[in-house]
Amino acid sequence: MITLPLSQVLILAAALFVLGLAGILVRRNIIFMLISIEIMLNAAGLAFITAGARWQNADGQIMFLFVLAMAAAEVSVGLALIIQFYHRFKTLDADAAGRMRG
Amino acid sequence: MMLELLWLVPALPLAGFLILALAGGRLSRAVIAAVGAGSVGVAALSALLVGIGFVQAAPAHTYTQTVWVWWRIGKFQPAVAFYLDPLSLVMMLVVTGVGFFIHLYSVEFMIDDPGYRRFFANMNLFVGCMLTLVLADNLLLLYLGWEGVGLCSYLLIGFWYRVPENGYAARKAFVFTRIGDTALAVGLFLLLTQLGTLHIQDLMAGARQAWPAGSAYPTAAALLLLGGAVGKSAQLPLQTWLPDAMAGPSPVSALIHAATMVTAGVYLIARTHLLFSLAPSVLMLVAAVGALTMLLAGFSGLVQRDIKRVLAYSTISQIGYMFLALGVGAWSAAIFHFMIHAFFKALLFLGVGVVIQALADEHDMFNMGGLRRQLPVTFWTFLIGSGALSAVPLVTAGFYSKDRIIWLSFAAERGGGWLWAAALAGAVLTSMYTFRMVFRVFFGPVRTRVQKRPGGLIKIPLVVLAVMSLVAGFIELPRGLGDLHLFSRFLESALPPPSVAGGREAWEKLFRIISMLASLGGIAAIYLMVQRRPGLTERLARSAAGARLHHFWFSGWGLDVFYDRLLVRPYIRLARFNRSDHIDRVFSGLAWVNRAGHRALSLTQSGLLRAYAMGIAGGAVLIIAMVVFL
Repeated sequence: MITLPLSQVLILAAALFVLGLAGILVRRNIIFMLISIEIMLNAAGLAFITAGARWQNADGQIMFLFVLAMAAAEVSVGLALIIQFYHRFKTLDADAAGRMRG
Repeated sequence: MMLELLWLVPALPLAGFLILALAGGRLSRAVIAAVGAGSVGVAALSALLVGIGFVQAAPAHTYTQTVWVWWRIGKFQPAVAFYLDPLSLVMMLVVTGVGFFIHLYSVEFMIDDPGYRRFFANMNLFVGCMLTLVLADNLLLLYLGWEGVGLCSYLLIGFWYRVPENGYAARKAFVFTRIGDTALAVGLFLLLTQLGTLHIQDLMAGARQAWPAGSAYPTAAALLLLGGAVGKSAQLPLQTWLPDAMAGPSPVSALIHAATMVTAGVYLIARTHLLFSLAPSVLMLVAAVGALTMLLAGFSGLVQRDIKRVLAYSTISQIGYMFLALGVGAWSAAIFHFMIHAFFKALLFLGVGVVIQALADEHDMFNMGGLRRQLPVTFWTFLIGSGALSAVPLVTAGFYSKDRIIWLSFAAERGGGWLWAAALAGAVLTSMYTFRMVFRVFFGPVRTRVQKRPGGLIKIPLVVLAVMSLVAGFIELPRGLGDLHLFSRFLESALPPPSVAGGREAWEKLFRIISMLASLGGIAAIYLMVQRRPGLTERLARSAAGARLHHFWFSGWGLDVFYDRLLVRPYIRLARFNRSDHIDRVFSGLAWVNRAGHRALSLTQSGLLRAYAMGIAGGAVLIIAMVVFL
């Protein structure tokens, strides 16, 4: 089994995280923003797995399972919100919600 | 038995006030007059009955009637209690008696006024408060009456409130007397904390036990009480409100000057004379204030044009006599002069009221003249009043009261040559300004036609008061002129007789002749100046020095201007400067910062999801950077 150095994996995780964050910040399409969040979550999960492998501890994998479950729930809620959003604004542009001032 | 009617005396006018005040506009003028004058009339009757009962019950020198205990705080239990001794009896009789005749006069005098009910309600309250003040057995109740007369003076001076000047005069009277009232209140606090009671007789006894004569506490307390008296009695330096108080109707002036209000200060000092005896330096000050006020007001009275202002200055100067008498320890002489003064000053004001009404609200003496034949009753009664005010020897009551003061200002132990000279000069001045008024108004050519003649209800009080101004003096005749001392003997238990310095009795006759000459000389001088040489006074007033002096005296020795410069204008400037409320700026600045912060923060709530995400990411980076690098 090839063992990757910890630092390389963490750099990959950080790169994924930054990509996801950049996606949220620059994309206006709300579905792409949701996908970017998934990428960020997976970046965090990758960091957990790597840490668990490095210290031979099952906690890292358990945490990843939690992250997966949470991501699934989040996506279901997020998609429901997006449908409502689309019903209301007839667009998927997140900036259209800027009118919702209160 | 009759003594038990005592509580009725202050209660009746107060009840009259309540009826009139609460009745609204439903009462007819006849009912208002009946309630207004009637309540004071019945009070005067019951005062008379109480007086008879008091004399019969001699040798019991005092009588206290406790109506109820006002409140109880530990040992401090001021009662609503009325204290009757010869001093308060005399005051009560004068207040109700003279007050009743003034009310009777007002029934006709004010009949055309739309504020008839308000007038009588306030007048009744005035008399009621004054009676409370006079009869109070503790200083707290006295203070209640004291403030009450202050309030009523405000209401009545500003009775014709639609004219702004009247409102100003009313406010001036109120504010000036408030200054004195504050001193009095502080004095009461001092007495209460030091002696633990405000009951007057206990207080006097306690003061005598606790404090040696001339020590700091009695001096301070007497000074503070004097401050109150000076304010209420319009003495130097707080006298300037009284000439302006002429803005009220004439009966109000009569009531303020004769029966109520301004004599309260004299009463207060006489009532607490034991305390003042413990502070000889303050007594000296009382005499000096009295003498000085008397002279200043006399000169001012000499140059006034407004007939009521002449009388106002004459009141200030006559109260100055009373203060002088109090200052030299001639307590009963002061009260005697107060009583006689109440008769003739009420008479003069009521007479002036007739003149002013007859000439359609003319106040300027120089537009009057020759009223002698047109208003005969008014003329003769006014002449008697003026004679009493000028102390015309032997026939008028004013002579007996004033001569006693002039003599005692020299002969009493605290008296002396200076005080006597001031009193004598005051007597000359009094004769001069009084008869200047008489000559201007009643003699000479007719300048304004008479439009209204007084009726019976106006004439009766005039005649009664004129008779009193003549005969009331005969109850106290000096040595060598009957030697009768009914009044001072009667008061002796309340007010000890003055101690005459040894060796001065011999001079009494000579001094009396001098004071007679002073009174007559003043009249003769003004007769020569006004009647014989008509242009003389005008020429004097037009010369350079004369004009300046005239202006100076006319404005009451410039005190009004002085107070205006010293107090009123700086205060107004301060108010102007602070119009935008600089202290409040700090707090409104805080509010402004909050509101600005709120506006800045609400700008960040753009509703743009990406901006929020940017904020969260930036914040996270910042915090992580801080954790890592710091």
